[in-house]
Amino acid sequence: MTTRLDHRIICELVGSGQNVLDLGCGDGALMSLLARQKEARVQGIELDDEAIHQCVGKGLTVFQGDIESGLVDYPDQAFDVVILNQSMQEVKKVDFVIRESLRVGRRVIVGFPNFAHARARISLFFLGKTPITESLPYYWYETPNVRFLSIRDFETYCRSKGMRIVDARFTNNGRIIRFWPNLRARNAIYVLTGP
Amino acid sequence: MEPLRNHMSDDSIGIVETQLFSFAEPPGELLLESGRTLGPVTLAYETYGELDPERSNAIIVCHALSGDAHAAGFHDGEDAPGWWDAMIGPGKAFDTDRYFVICCNVIGGCKGSTGPSSLDPRTGKPHALQFPIITIADMVQAQRYLIDHLGIEKLLCVVGGSMGGMQVLQWVSSFPERVRAAIPIATTLKHSPQQIAFDQVVRQSIMADPAWRKGSYYDHGQPERGLAVARMLGHITFMSDQSMEKKFSRKLKNGNYSYTFAEDFEVEGYLRYRGDSFVKRFDANSYLYITKAMDYFDLSEDFLAPGGSGADTRFLVISFKSDWLYPSYQSQDIVKLLKKRRMAATYCDLRSTYGHDAFLVEIEEETRLIGNFLNNLGSASGQGGNGS
Repeated sequence: MTTRLDHRIICELVGSGQNVLDLGCGDGALMSLLARQKEARVQGIELDDEAIHQCVGKGLTVFQGDIESGLVDYPDQAFDVVILNQSMQEVKKVDFVIRESLRVGRRVIVGFPNFAHARARISLFFLGKTPITESLPYYWYETPNVRFLSIRDFETYCRSKGMRIVDARFTNNGRIIRFWPNLRARNAIYVLTGP
Repeated sequence: MEPLRNHMSDDSIGIVETQLFSFAEPPGELLLESGRTLGPVTLAYETYGELDPERSNAIIVCHALSGDAHAAGFHDGEDAPGWWDAMIGPGKAFDTDRYFVICCNVIGGCKGSTGPSSLDPRTGKPHALQFPIITIADMVQAQRYLIDHLGIEKLLCVVGGSMGGMQVLQWVSSFPERVRAAIPIATTLKHSPQQIAFDQVVRQSIMADPAWRKGSYYDHGQPERGLAVARMLGHITFMSDQSMEKKFSRKLKNGNYSYTFAEDFEVEGYLRYRGDSFVKRFDANSYLYITKAMDYFDLSEDFLAPGGSGADTRFLVISFKSDWLYPSYQSQDIVKLLKKRRMAATYCDLRSTYGHDAFLVEIEEETRLIGNFLNNLGSASGQGGNGS
């Protein structure tokens, strides 16, 4: 089984032996990778029943609940890293979740699909249709995503809230993108610290 | 076809016997939380599987309000297995080929352990209401004597549902260094006013029966009506609206209304049957003492006191969505506290329509979760405490 590129990138960004909280951890694949490769002490929050079973099957610590209500009980700076990978776009109270993540973690890693990717722009501009791409694979009526944002949107947001972007990685189809990410990258991964 | 379920089937532990362990002979009586003492104390217990040479594979299963030491296998000559037989046995969630499983009757109970119906050696008569009030902490302290007696320093796991779950939390609170993993199921850190209220109605129903005789009924027979009504109320709280609809709907026993106060509906007959059969197997005073112990239970302040981060116990907390007697929020409160204490806790809110009874019924889901959890106790990826 090949490891997903975003997971490999996040793994690079996490220091060895760190305490990590993965918000929307799914079946625990990233947590397992971090535990194995970085000897990280990991735990996750996830809503889906089957995903919870998968995590327990992997010997992972996981809390069944939604991200918003699951975060508030952790003490300040309880984690070295809080991860919000491919789950932010499904969260309603995004600003609250990111601020809470920065409270409970020293660093926050955010990964999300870029809505301003060229293919998405073409779909919207020329076809007049909501984009369906590899990183945004859903029809409008069945998507779990409730937030659609671009790389530029996210950077503007971070600046306006005084959050510091300490690292950023962009990908497209398993390749790293260095130039014109807002046009060329399907996915973005940011590392944030508090103001 | 239903598979044959008896002591001969492959996944049954087979024929088992309850054993007795006595301790706290005067003057070394057990000091209770209330300040009173109790002794000598007898514990009725059963064990399944073999203790390994390192004495590291022991699991205590704690029973609920009306449970007993007979958790698995069959007593000689009986058709019904122990109360959690589906979970305990070769290849089951608590795999007796790998683990040494212990279940003991709580003190205050009436199934072999010292309780209000057992004889006071000083008088030769049942203790009745002379029996001291006991708490969940007292129950756990008594179990600790048994564990010492069996030569077990550290338990692999303590597990239980409902009041059994309270004992699990109490074990970690009283003896954190002696518990590697804890599985509290459908339980709470403290009884809520609603739970206390139900227990009070239960007790009042027993005590309002003239046959109760202020607890000294042992020469005359049980306060049957009071105890039966108490148990009927209990059964309503163990089920859910959904499970009652599915099981009984408005089905009639005889096809039409009698236009009398006879039991027309199946649900009425069912409750009556459960109440009446309970009277034959459970002591009314034990019901008073044990419900009181549950009402006094409150670890919401003291549980794993702040700063005392020595405990590395791993938790699997399980609740059921349709359980309104011990609602999911109470299990979530346990996890909230563990998060504050920076302890690793996995929490699952299982889908079930069975209400509080689910912990005895949802065997497949529980087996998958608990089996996996126990399997991974040694793994590195799982040691997810977030204490820094």
